Amino acid sequence: MMKRTLLIAAALLGLSAPAFAAGETPVPPQLSWTFQGPFGKFDRAQLQRGFKVYREVCASCHSLSYVAFRNLSQPGGPEFSEAQVRALAAEYKVQDGPNDAGDMFERPGRAADRFPAPFPNENAAAAANGGKAPPDLSLMAKARTYERGFPWFILDVFRQYSENGADYLVALLNGYHEPPAGFQVPEGGHYNEYFPGHIIAMPKPISDGQVEYPKDANGQAQAPETVDQYARDITAFLTWTAEPHLEARKRLGFQVMLFLIALSVLLYFTKKKIWARVGGEVEGHATPPMTHNP
Amino acid sequence: MSQHPTTYVPKSAFGKWFESRLPIASLVHSSFIAFPVPRNLTYFWTFGAILVFMLVAQIVTGVFLAMYYTPNASMAFQSVEHIMRDVNYGWLLRYLHANGASMFFVAVYIHIFRNFYYGSYKAPREVLYILGVIIFILMMATAFMGYVLPWGQMSFWGATVITNLFSAIPVVGETIVSFLWGGYSVGNPTLNRFFSLHFLLPFMIFGVVILHVWALHVPGQNNPTGIPIKSGKDAVPFTPYATIKDIFAVVVFMIFFAWWVFYIPNYLGHADNYIPANPAVTPAHIVPEWYFLPFYAILRAIPDKLGGVIAMFSAILVWFLMPWLDTSKVRSTAYRPQYKFFFWVFVAVCVLLGWLGSKPAEGWYVIVSQIATAYYFIHFLVVLPLLGLFERPLPLPNSILESVMGVQKGGAGIPVGANAEPQSKG
Repeated sequence: MMKRTLLIAAALLGLSAPAFAAGETPVPPQLSWTFQGPFGKFDRAQLQRGFKVYREVCASCHSLSYVAFRNLSQPGGPEFSEAQVRALAAEYKVQDGPNDAGDMFERPGRAADRFPAPFPNENAAAAANGGKAPPDLSLMAKARTYERGFPWFILDVFRQYSENGADYLVALLNGYHEPPAGFQVPEGGHYNEYFPGHIIAMPKPISDGQVEYPKDANGQAQAPETVDQYARDITAFLTWTAEPHLEARKRLGFQVMLFLIALSVLLYFTKKKIWARVGGEVEGHATPPMTHNP
Repeated sequence: MSQHPTTYVPKSAFGKWFESRLPIASLVHSSFIAFPVPRNLTYFWTFGAILVFMLVAQIVTGVFLAMYYTPNASMAFQSVEHIMRDVNYGWLLRYLHANGASMFFVAVYIHIFRNFYYGSYKAPREVLYILGVIIFILMMATAFMGYVLPWGQMSFWGATVITNLFSAIPVVGETIVSFLWGGYSVGNPTLNRFFSLHFLLPFMIFGVVILHVWALHVPGQNNPTGIPIKSGKDAVPFTPYATIKDIFAVVVFMIFFAWWVFYIPNYLGHADNYIPANPAVTPAHIVPEWYFLPFYAILRAIPDKLGGVIAMFSAILVWFLMPWLDTSKVRSTAYRPQYKFFFWVFVAVCVLLGWLGSKPAEGWYVIVSQIATAYYFIHFLVVLPLLGLFERPLPLPNSILESVMGVQKGGAGIPVGANAEPQSKG
């Protein structure tokens, strides 16, 4: 048993591999998410708010190429109605063609279309953004992480911590400060506490009160209109775009676990009963192998 | 697999007719039903069955993934996302396959270290063992090429680093690398050939597994005492005893597997691999999958490129010599008190190397890697040959039955050599 434990430890030891250069980067705080843990689910209202933030803020520079409008009405996501999605898609212009005359043309978007990118190609995106194209956001919540270090990366396996990308994104969006005294920020760069190396090309993307949230019955905003809340909402939305089947995965996982545990209990007792026959004398001796070693 | 006398007699007329033409029923009967299994096997002996299950699971999920995957440098990443998002249960297939590779290695490492601990590699099982090492090497090649297929940043740069190793070979190195790449850098031709080979190699593994099982059925299984089956009382028939135990172990392993797949499916991967491959941007740290890390640490411990490559390949090739490097006549480490200590030191060194492989090759990490690498080879080339000559093993039981029943008959069982004197070779 000890050997197995050690081997598993060996298996896990390598996983602290950082995706970023080490430096004086602080560890992002671990937040509480509705989608964490074995029964995690997205908060629909939060995803809808996050989508609003994407649309009104991020979408001017960042594409969301792997997400289709229709995804917004699918179960396990923001769950807009199909009519809402059709209306939303129609607000976008999508290039299609060639038509019978051989010309490309623009038409209103349909639910089956993917989100059109803000720039026609990567070079145009780079040219408009100081030389570096803003990355696509579809997978951002899985494409970023931070180093966990020993022993946390082992404990993470048991507590199912897989929100490291989300925690990093919130920290990053909250991480725009004045640089510490003496820290030189080159032209075109911006200081960010949580970005590896602290120099990020993206300027502070969002400020308090920038996006208006839906009002409840009392005329109060559904959630605080602050950078921190915006950061959490857009991150929840991007976690869904990165992992659109997260809820189905965890739901199926629970069913599979229950089935396998019940099956293993039955098999354990079956095995015990069969092996109980092997007392001092084995019932029906097995024939010894013919080949012998010295 | 048919050298054991079988009691199988076909009952039906069709059975008799078929048996006289293709005796496959009696082959299966003698190999998997009547085959004698030592009665004292622990759960460490169920990993063979677990590995067969993992191989089949990888082939089945892989074949379905290949129906949707596009091995083209401009479409591969997108097609993986298509599987993840649009294909029914595509996310399940891909997470099973990606985590399945890691589970395969978890199981194979337990299987290998079980073999090291109980001396299963020693006579008469050398060929069986060597076939196992060949399977392990094929597994590593398959896993490496599989990780390239999603064509993310770590796929691309991992492929670049590993294929570049071959350029260290004098004279022909550069030519070999060009052949591997199908060009002058990792690109679309590389992806195409890796996909083709990634599909082919598992079936080659399957072939070697058949030989491995065949070679197992000649001497029979080793067991925790390391002494052979001497009478029918030492053994039980494979079915139902080993069969039910293996099925139980496979299902327990599936629970472990499911934990990763359903709850932390990306834990064993790299975040960078969700960024599409970009030849113009190098990731800050290029790190292989966890199961390669000890070998990666050995590679980087040697300051010279060719030296590092030689050390890394030697670290696996030295396994081939193990049956002849180990001079002890006692198989099981349970009866080798001194070797038990060295065995666990070796395990610790392998774990340490794995951790070092994940760290940047700088500062004191390099020094520790060099010490650990040196010890890795000392274990095989010095400890194994010398310890067998000087060690005083504990007395072995007279039989497996005796070890199970705890029978004490006067003396202390079979003396090793001349009553527990230090062994001499030969």
